[in-house]
Amino acid sequence: MSKLTDIQQDGLPNSPSGALSKIQWRGWVLPLALLVLWWLVTAQGWVNTRLIVPPANVLKVAVTTLSDPLFYQGVLFSVGRDLSGFFFGSLAGVLLGTLLGVSRLADRLIGPTFHTVRQISLFAWLPLLSSWLGYGELSKLVFISLSTLYPVALGTFEGVRSVTKAHAEVARVFRFSRMQMLSRLILPAATPQIATGLTLGLVYAWVATIGSEFLLANWGNGLGNIVIKGRAAFNIELIIFGMLAIGGVGVFFNRIAVRIESRALRWRGPRV
Amino acid sequence: MSVVSTDPLIFRQSTVEVPWPAVRWLWPVAGHLSRVGAALLLPAALLALWQLAVAQRWLPEQIFPAPALVWQSLVELWQSGELQSHLQISATRVGWGLLAGTASGLLLGFGMGLSRTVHAYVFPSFDVASQFPVLGWIPILIIFAGIDEALKIAAISIAVVVPVAVNAQKGIANIPRAWFEVARVYGFTRLQIVRRVVLPAAAPSLFNGVRQAVMQAWLTLVFVELLASSEGIGYLMVWGRQLAQLDLVVVGMLVIGVVGVALDVALRSLESRLQRWRISAF
Repeated sequence: MSKLTDIQQDGLPNSPSGALSKIQWRGWVLPLALLVLWWLVTAQGWVNTRLIVPPANVLKVAVTTLSDPLFYQGVLFSVGRDLSGFFFGSLAGVLLGTLLGVSRLADRLIGPTFHTVRQISLFAWLPLLSSWLGYGELSKLVFISLSTLYPVALGTFEGVRSVTKAHAEVARVFRFSRMQMLSRLILPAATPQIATGLTLGLVYAWVATIGSEFLLANWGNGLGNIVIKGRAAFNIELIIFGMLAIGGVGVFFNRIAVRIESRALRWRGPRV
Repeated sequence: MSVVSTDPLIFRQSTVEVPWPAVRWLWPVAGHLSRVGAALLLPAALLALWQLAVAQRWLPEQIFPAPALVWQSLVELWQSGELQSHLQISATRVGWGLLAGTASGLLLGFGMGLSRTVHAYVFPSFDVASQFPVLGWIPILIIFAGIDEALKIAAISIAVVVPVAVNAQKGIANIPRAWFEVARVYGFTRLQIVRRVVLPAAAPSLFNGVRQAVMQAWLTLVFVELLASSEGIGYLMVWGRQLAQLDLVVVGMLVIGVVGVALDVALRSLESRLQRWRISAF
């Protein structure tokens, strides 16, 4: 069932004419040209091949790394870290955003501090966090949660504030309890902004995961550590492969988030 | 939950009668003051808790510097001029990165927005590359650019290119087609179309891109300076961390926060000025 709709969605834009397939063909020109250029300069020895490694070597390293269970372990560790941080961060973010949105008093008391602390660039927390919690899992988890918290809290806050007075009055006429008000009115109405916040949060969580693995390098597991080991061994092939893997996971998360966002908002029907 | 009063407006208007009109201006002032007071409550409470924790020795002083010590280090760093020189170095890096990144981002965004051909060739690659986290590029940049200024400027530029180009492209793509048709009817040249139609119409989106770019640049700068540098505000923090002088780390965080707030305020006021211009222009 869901597969069918997926195929329909994917199939639709391509079917009408050949014009789109021509565009898709043109999209491949640039990456292929860069690949050929890369191959050419290394094959002809125009550059220092120790620095600019031939693409074939990267492929070779990619194949050996992909057949190494340690790589998958690293990916699993990173993704697990990312998702657990995202979970805690978004939970706290939705709670904080709802609190700030619903209660004027909380907004007056906490809001200004929140908006000021938010301006401290994320990574500036890492030296302090690492001296409090060490270089291990805990400080990474806290850091990833923190970086997810900001966008989710902001999105939720905006969403809750977008509930119109008329809707709130109808809910009051129906004598909704506080819980009902929250679950039947405020959270559904805030869904679009919360979804946007969560999407942003997912992106930030991945950045924070990689950043914390780079900065709190403890020779543990994770994609970032694979890259750091590559750097220490001057294994440029491994660095390039690790970079592609990090980017690939990032792109994957992006796609998933966009898909979930559009699915979560499907009940609203088409809006123009 | 805020309670909305249900009594009709008519009653309120008739009852509110200010006895001394001269005092009327006091009300908004008092409201403003209470707002500021409420905003300061939480930081004051946290500061008191911090001071108490230090005074009661709940936590070792190496990992929990006293507020007075942080203040003292801040003053010392400022008076010796060390803080300013670190800040200046960081600001220079952000400046060059922003310049290079914004220029190439605008070029890319305008190219993809204005020309279908450029869009067809470049956009698919750009779309994928822009989803790569900037941090992922840094290890490879270190190999090619070393760990000196070139690395920082290159990393910041990459962080800046993406939001600028994305917003420029979106801003141009969202211009109604009819406007271009009007321009064609008036016989505008290409340059005139860009200057009179595209730039004003895409201005909010362009500015949005620049705003995101500045924030990304600042974020990336802090990361790169923490990762590899021998000067700059991030280095000050790494140094403090290594010497187990957490007061330096906290000073670094404070300075980074203040710069962040200043950037945010400056961009906001610039944006509202831009919008004012928009309203008066149309």
